[in-house]
Amino acid sequence: MQFDPFIIPFNIGLYFILIYIVVRCVIWFLDLSRPDKLRLQRGFFGIAFTQSLKEIFMESLIHRKILKTNLRLGYMHMSLAFGWFLLILFGTIEADIFGAKHLNAPYKAIFFKFFNPEHGRSGFEAVYGFIMDLILAFILSGLLLAVTKRVYSKIVGMKKTTKLKLTDKIALTSLWLIFPSRLLAESFTSGAYGTGSFLTGTLGTWLATFLPAREMAYPFWWLYSTALGTFFILLPISRYMHIPTELFLIFMRNSGIRTGDKAGTYTEVQTYSCSSCGICIDTCQLNYSAGITNIQSAYLMKGIRNSYDISEIADNCLMCGRCDQKCPVGIELSPIRMIQRRGSEAGTDIRNIFKGYLRSRQNAITETIPVSSNYKFLREQDSEKTDVLYFAGCMTHLTPGIKNSMVKILDASGMKFRFMDEEGGVCCGRPLMLAGHDREARELINYNSQMIWKSGAHTLVTSCPICYKVFKESYYLDVEVLHHTQFIRRLIADGYVKMNFLRKRVVYHSPCELGRGSGIYDEPREVLNHVSRLEKTSFEDAESLCCGGSLANMKISSRDRLKISADAAKELTRRNPDILATACPLCKKSFAAATQTRVADISEIVAEALNVGHSKKVNDSRSIILKEIANI
Amino acid sequence: MASNKNKFGFDISLGRQINYDANNRNIAEYLFDKEPSMRRCIECGGCSATCTTAGFTTFSLRELMILIKRGETDEVYMNLKKCMLCGKCTLVCPRGVNTRNIIVLAKKAFQKSDEYAI
Repeated sequence: MQFDPFIIPFNIGLYFILIYIVVRCVIWFLDLSRPDKLRLQRGFFGIAFTQSLKEIFMESLIHRKILKTNLRLGYMHMSLAFGWFLLILFGTIEADIFGAKHLNAPYKAIFFKFFNPEHGRSGFEAVYGFIMDLILAFILSGLLLAVTKRVYSKIVGMKKTTKLKLTDKIALTSLWLIFPSRLLAESFTSGAYGTGSFLTGTLGTWLATFLPAREMAYPFWWLYSTALGTFFILLPISRYMHIPTELFLIFMRNSGIRTGDKAGTYTEVQTYSCSSCGICIDTCQLNYSAGITNIQSAYLMKGIRNSYDISEIADNCLMCGRCDQKCPVGIELSPIRMIQRRGSEAGTDIRNIFKGYLRSRQNAITETIPVSSNYKFLREQDSEKTDVLYFAGCMTHLTPGIKNSMVKILDASGMKFRFMDEEGGVCCGRPLMLAGHDREARELINYNSQMIWKSGAHTLVTSCPICYKVFKESYYLDVEVLHHTQFIRRLIADGYVKMNFLRKRVVYHSPCELGRGSGIYDEPREVLNHVSRLEKTSFEDAESLCCGGSLANMKISSRDRLKISADAAKELTRRNPDILATACPLCKKSFAAATQTRVADISEIVAEALNVGHSKKVNDSRSIILKEIANI
Repeated sequence: MASNKNKFGFDISLGRQINYDANNRNIAEYLFDKEPSMRRCIECGGCSATCTTAGFTTFSLRELMILIKRGETDEVYMNLKKCMLCGKCTLVCPRGVNTRNIIVLAKKAFQKSDEYAI
């Protein structure tokens, strides 16, 4: 029997982590809601399973998304993950083919060289040894990058790398030790027996010239085994839990499970899938413009995992969604942050402590029953009937240019419309939601919904992307909700308004809530293309920047806001356009304070280009838009 | 007895002296600590002028901030709840006071002091 005491640390670690992961996954599965359980079961026997396997290969091993964002960082992750996977795979095959018997215990594959020191002298064995050395060299090249990244993060093109807690540091050290100790252990053994390929063989022969190779090998085999064992045991309490969890996450996501608005198993799995790679830190404008470096999503995840007090972190975020877009694991970072914001509002009661893995979940969030209305002063109002309802929104009232332009456009279109909040209306409710006050927001939503229902309108147009998002997602309305860019796009396409062409060079800044938040990228650009010379920037569509004015951030100071606005405006106006166009009153206000270039909302540009004399006047109040709806 | 007093007009004007013991500066101290920009407020009233809620009520953030700073916080919590957090006040503030955060923090502080009151 092939056995040596040095394999004990490895064996303890390996069997511990295997049992741990199985138990963890079973508990997670049992803790899912019933619909989610069914989704997962259906996914297991359906196409989601194949998709997941493909995604696991592409993302967890190759790290395709990181490679796309950052080649060197991607190589570092790929060499460690894919390289290690190959090493285990080829090692197992090697032990299976060349070992004493088939189907060996894992340790025989991992420590194959120790038990078969004479292996690999010639022929096929030597070729196989070459492959194994190649894989090890591949991993070591990535490791070299990883070690250098800790002290000099620019090596992988990153401005900042993640700050780690103590257990993470120990786990990281043991991970780093695994591969060099394997290299040295194999090299010494190879040196002693005169075997080994280009890496271990050469190094071993050289080391054997001035060191007693046979005696030196044994301690390094111990080190190798101990490093592996330590790493496995620290896995559950360090960030490396992401390695097994991510597989489960990919499978859950492909089965159709989503975060929702309450903490649950899926949130927990996502939290543990975060590898703290630091890509969110690098894309965060709070980091590189305002120098706020402790609130990024990686730290939010770390805070949730370790049950720190994260209310400051959760509140200090612009919710621009740039990190969501960039996250290579595909964690829904903004929804998780929203859950944290809401969490402080709700009451708690004690729940089974064995169910939740996170301490915060042991206090299950329960809805507090609304005691009294905060907005009793809002009286019901009668509303005259209309076709199109225009809701400017609070922010638009601070930028009168936008609402005046919209009134001008609506007048020119000849449609029957009513300005819902001309005299100053009620807030749409999203600012309250962003602060985590969902119950209060619901009161405002109900009030506004009544106003909209009573008006009998078929289309609700709003100028503010913040309002647009909440009208779309949180209101139960039977009217079509349009942002004014969509509405203007339709007016132009249907010939309600005629446009002159403005000989102006324009760049478009896509507002966070409209672009990444609601997925509207094309309509604003089509409108601008129609009336002006639209030029491209380096921050198109999902890459777009945040203006810094976001209402979602409760904590940021006005000075830091201005820094973000100034940086973003500088990037956008790099090619000196005549107009910096946007589709959000808040973006307009933020940029106007930060740049010399003229900042204008799309509606203002359109109003300027409006050819009033040639507009098609419709007498029939039932417009084409209504017919369009009927066709659908 | 009380009715007699009223007849003679002793109670027509209330006492004018400031009773420091009755004032509760805790909320103000908490807010100054958590949101230092509150110290920059010059009570110009820009926030109250633009306020969405003020279109429906007599709600005035300027007034509430003054009351908090004085420590006369009896009516403040009930009034603060009327805020819709729309953020116009933050945008118009000439001194860069983070008014939204002040309101959220103040509500939190009042909730806490309610819990610990008994």
